[in-house]
Amino acid sequence: MALIHDAAVQFAEMLLVLLLAPGLIGFVCKAKARMTRRRGASILQPYRDLMRLFRKEVVLAENASWLFRVVPYLIFAATWVAAALVPTFATGLLFSWSADLIAIIALLASARFFLALAGMDVGTSFGGIGSSREMMIASLAEPAMLMTVFTLALVAGSTQLSTIAAFMNSPSVGLSVSLGLALFALIIVAIAENARIPIDNPATHLELTMVHEAMVLEYSGRHLALIELAAALKLLLYASLIACIFAPWGIAGAHAGARALLIGAAAYVVKLAIAGMLLAVFETAIAKMRVFRVPQFIGAALMLGLLGTLLRFVSGSF
Amino acid sequence: MTLVAVLACVATLLIASVLGVATARKRAGTPIVYGVSLVACTVGLVTALAQLMSGAATPTLVLPLGLPWLGAHFRIDALAAFFLVVVDLGGAAASLYALGYGTHEDAPQRVLPFYPAFLAGMNLVVIADDAFTFLLSWEFMSLTSWALVMAHHRDADNRRAGFIYLVMASFGTFALMLAFGLLAGPTGGYAFAVMRAGHHEPLIAALVLTLVLLGAGSKAGLVPLHVWLPLAHPAAPSHVSALMSGVMTKVAVYGFIRIVLDLLGAPSWWASMVVLALAGITTVMGVLYALMQHDLKRLLAYHTVENIGIVFIGIGLALGFKANAMPLAAALALTAALFHVFNHSLFKSLLFFGAGSVLNATGERDMEHLGGLIHRMPLAAFAFLVGCAAISALPPLNGFVSEWLTFQAILLSPAVAQWGLKILVPAVGALLALSAALAAACFVKAYGVTFLGRPRTFVAENAKETDRFSLAAMFILAALCLLAGILPGFVIDALAPVSQALIGARMPAQATDPWLSIVPIAASRSSYDGLLVFIFIGLAGLITAATIHRFASHALRRAPAWDCGTPDSSPMTQYSAASFAQPIRRVYGALAFRARERVTMPPPGDARPATLHVSLRDLVWDWFYAPIEGSVATTAGYVNQFQFLTIRKYLSLVFALLVVLLLVLAIWL
Amino acid sequence: MPNLPFDTAHLLAGGLVLMSFTLLYQDRLYSLLNIYALHALVLALSVAWQANIQDAPHLYVTAGLALGFKAIIIPLALRRIIERLGIHREIETVVGIGPTMLAGMALVALSMVVMLRVTSAAAPIAREDLAFALAVVLLGLLMMVTRRNAVSQVVGFMSLENGLILAASGAKGMPLVVEISVAFSVLIAFIVIGIFLFRIRERFDTVDLAALDQFRGERR
Repeated sequence: MALIHDAAVQFAEMLLVLLLAPGLIGFVCKAKARMTRRRGASILQPYRDLMRLFRKEVVLAENASWLFRVVPYLIFAATWVAAALVPTFATGLLFSWSADLIAIIALLASARFFLALAGMDVGTSFGGIGSSREMMIASLAEPAMLMTVFTLALVAGSTQLSTIAAFMNSPSVGLSVSLGLALFALIIVAIAENARIPIDNPATHLELTMVHEAMVLEYSGRHLALIELAAALKLLLYASLIACIFAPWGIAGAHAGARALLIGAAAYVVKLAIAGMLLAVFETAIAKMRVFRVPQFIGAALMLGLLGTLLRFVSGSF
Repeated sequence: MTLVAVLACVATLLIASVLGVATARKRAGTPIVYGVSLVACTVGLVTALAQLMSGAATPTLVLPLGLPWLGAHFRIDALAAFFLVVVDLGGAAASLYALGYGTHEDAPQRVLPFYPAFLAGMNLVVIADDAFTFLLSWEFMSLTSWALVMAHHRDADNRRAGFIYLVMASFGTFALMLAFGLLAGPTGGYAFAVMRAGHHEPLIAALVLTLVLLGAGSKAGLVPLHVWLPLAHPAAPSHVSALMSGVMTKVAVYGFIRIVLDLLGAPSWWASMVVLALAGITTVMGVLYALMQHDLKRLLAYHTVENIGIVFIGIGLALGFKANAMPLAAALALTAALFHVFNHSLFKSLLFFGAGSVLNATGERDMEHLGGLIHRMPLAAFAFLVGCAAISALPPLNGFVSEWLTFQAILLSPAVAQWGLKILVPAVGALLALSAALAAACFVKAYGVTFLGRPRTFVAENAKETDRFSLAAMFILAALCLLAGILPGFVIDALAPVSQALIGARMPAQATDPWLSIVPIAASRSSYDGLLVFIFIGLAGLITAATIHRFASHALRRAPAWDCGTPDSSPMTQYSAASFAQPIRRVYGALAFRARERVTMPPPGDARPATLHVSLRDLVWDWFYAPIEGSVATTAGYVNQFQFLTIRKYLSLVFALLVVLLLVLAIWL
Repeated sequence: MPNLPFDTAHLLAGGLVLMSFTLLYQDRLYSLLNIYALHALVLALSVAWQANIQDAPHLYVTAGLALGFKAIIIPLALRRIIERLGIHREIETVVGIGPTMLAGMALVALSMVVMLRVTSAAAPIAREDLAFALAVVLLGLLMMVTRRNAVSQVVGFMSLENGLILAASGAKGMPLVVEISVAFSVLIAFIVIGIFLFRIRERFDTVDLAALDQFRGERR
């Protein structure tokens, strides 16, 4: 009985992340529009966009290979599996022991690897620009993320995300310097990985400002829909990650009852809304950095993560 | 029995080498020699695997060869059995590949005699049980691989590579000889059993560690002794490059583990610091150098340097944990290092085979002249893609598992007592994470520029698919990469006797874990299930594809690529290897290579093109080798004067020496 | 939450180290001044918290001084002076920002190791605060050494002094904290004024106010 209950929670989590992801993107766009005194598109617009893209015909470049056609499915599958393993409204997911936080990061890295390859596939300069800049940003953002994971693992005693979330929700965690540094580093990495301002501009298609958009320039139709959905899932994943680790209030424990699960779900939606609002404020308030300032920015995140890990190594009370 | 079987395989390989001399110029020579090598290596592989898995008693043997008062000792314990598996698996795969690749060789008489001898030498190093046999086999291995590097000696670059390799290999053997001399001590006990039982002073142990780092480390490719590797490995034929990178470097790692962990006994904690520091620098510098290359084989060779750094990080951690009396953590670190040894031999061989196929099909090693090969060589491209994904540590393949285990070992380090280790280990962890991300960038570049995009030259447009033997070898290795990633518990359990023998502890048994997952320390800390991750990704992909094809449109149309309104652009406008690496060169290059870019713009009205010069300096050459070379040259020039003295001056030298000796005698008596 | 006083003191001290790193990262003069104001604010909060948990009301005065003088008055004054004198607003560094941050990391590690080994007999809260304070001092020195611009060197010196105040407040029962901090603040004021007097003399060949008055009309 408990097994069926846990399986149902895991299944609900998988569907929930899929359903909420475009909504988060729509919410952020709406908030940014409102802040710049525009009415903005409706929050449901990304859903309509996805429906439209799924119905359209794919236009494929003449020299695109089989890799180009398979990559959207690979990216979507890897990102969905990673997002389904991050606790959103309940910890203690049924399959959380099969992939810990390091494996989740590696799944996102494999999605990025294949997307970069797809960018190189058609053989135009746009794809090359996107892929090379994306790999440069990733070469710093991924170690920064890993250092954050190390800090969290040293604080919580485990790399399993469910265990970390449960530990952060318990009263035995204190205010710790390493956790503060890890939070900073994680926020910077989340902005970098999701291609938001100040690292990349998700709304333009000019070579000067694009990284992610350049890699997917040749995609259309259902392929583009899958890639956009995967990008939305990635943003949701990072928001859920920050929420379940640093703002775990309201999350339901393992094997919790229906009432706790509903409270957890409501708390989760509220946390997503707050995260979206903060992201929109941050993106509106700051300008995009020039490309070669980005490595210094993310390098600073790497240093912060390393400092947090170092402090935990040096003394258990940091 | 096992030992006799392995020695019989070695003898077969030596016979094949003689056969190679005899039949080299005939057409049947290639299949005979490589076929015999394939059979011998497969028999060796099966025997060693059986020995490792069954955990039978350690066979030893003493043959009356070599030095008369010593004999030749041979022994296969758990460590030797594991490395025999690695060597023979690599050898078998290379022989299978060479059955197809070797037919394109235009100087078979230079390759065929030495190839089986090289394999025989590597096998002998692993089973040697006394210093003389070890050094003899080590030198035999170096010389045969030198001969293979010089196979295409008409090319000046290859000659220079061979010369530098010979110098470094001799230097390494010299260092190992001194190390064994110190270990044998004044009694002169050269058998490993005697050395193991002896007690070594801390000073002697420190000297031995330094000498082994110089000797085995230079063969493995630790910075700053790695300079021969990127020159020599690409110069040899591709199956030999795969053996040198994938297998010979592992034999060097075996030498290091054998001497430092087995013969030296209890390590000290600062030994761990030295190894960790060198390994961390090696990892990052290896991958940064690899990113700057546009020769496919040189890129792979520099990448070997990075992976050897990862192996030595695991070994350094094991040394540190052992010195701190944390046996379980030491077992985890050592298992992670050995797992990476196995993984690297698999995917590096696969990648070199792919590079060899490309070389055969197009005659080009330079990525800037290739492109679009995925359309012309689809099967080879697929196998190469699996290799690239495996080496970039992407789940669910095998590269991720060994890296994950190393990270888990790093997370156990706060419990060590020494301050130096407490500060160094997180720094090394950051360097490891950095190199993993840079490796992914490197292989996106390698695969993207070579196989994807549009063909840049005529040869790339007209490449042909590889032959069946080469493809078979590549696909077998790719399948093994996937299997080792999905079923890592079996590999970890197979490595348990090795860590039990060297450290005295082993990782918890993985066979009992649910759903074939691995639990390195305790279930509450961390676990990973490669099989489930693979199934999940597969299911998610299939469900998505099925849903979309059922409910959404599946229309498709081909059209020209988006060209911003300027049609028919040349293939040279797409990104090249140098332009792909440019952002990373801007970020790291100033620190790591003193990278300088210089643009020369002709004045307006001049129709000449603008040129971009990128200069990269290899700091290791500038700081270590150039001064040594300079001082050696100066000293040699100075001493050279003695060649040209007159007779009177020679006589006066003899006279002066005689007078000095008489004076000494006078003072002393 | 157990150990709330301990953890909050730690968090604020760590925040000061974070602010020092952010100072090292800046490459524009105005944002440097803003971050310095934030640095002084975090210092004020930290000293106020120490006053709270140590029951030492004289530290509140120090906190007030840090807030008023260093977080508000000095940055505003520097900003006005920079505007008026038209000082070049980009900061040139001796080595790039990347190597500077790496050197900063190494200095933090060094100060951790040194302080935690030397003070093994003291109370844990004081030891770790001292380690952070030494880190802030070393980072301030690093900033002075790697910057070519006089204003950024002065800001580095001021952040160094903030680290000293953190150390002084963390050690329980240190006398004359208030007096020492006032003395240091006056010293800083003199240094800042001195630098700008030199600039004025360079530009106008005199610091005589009567002569300078003559130039005021021309600058409009």
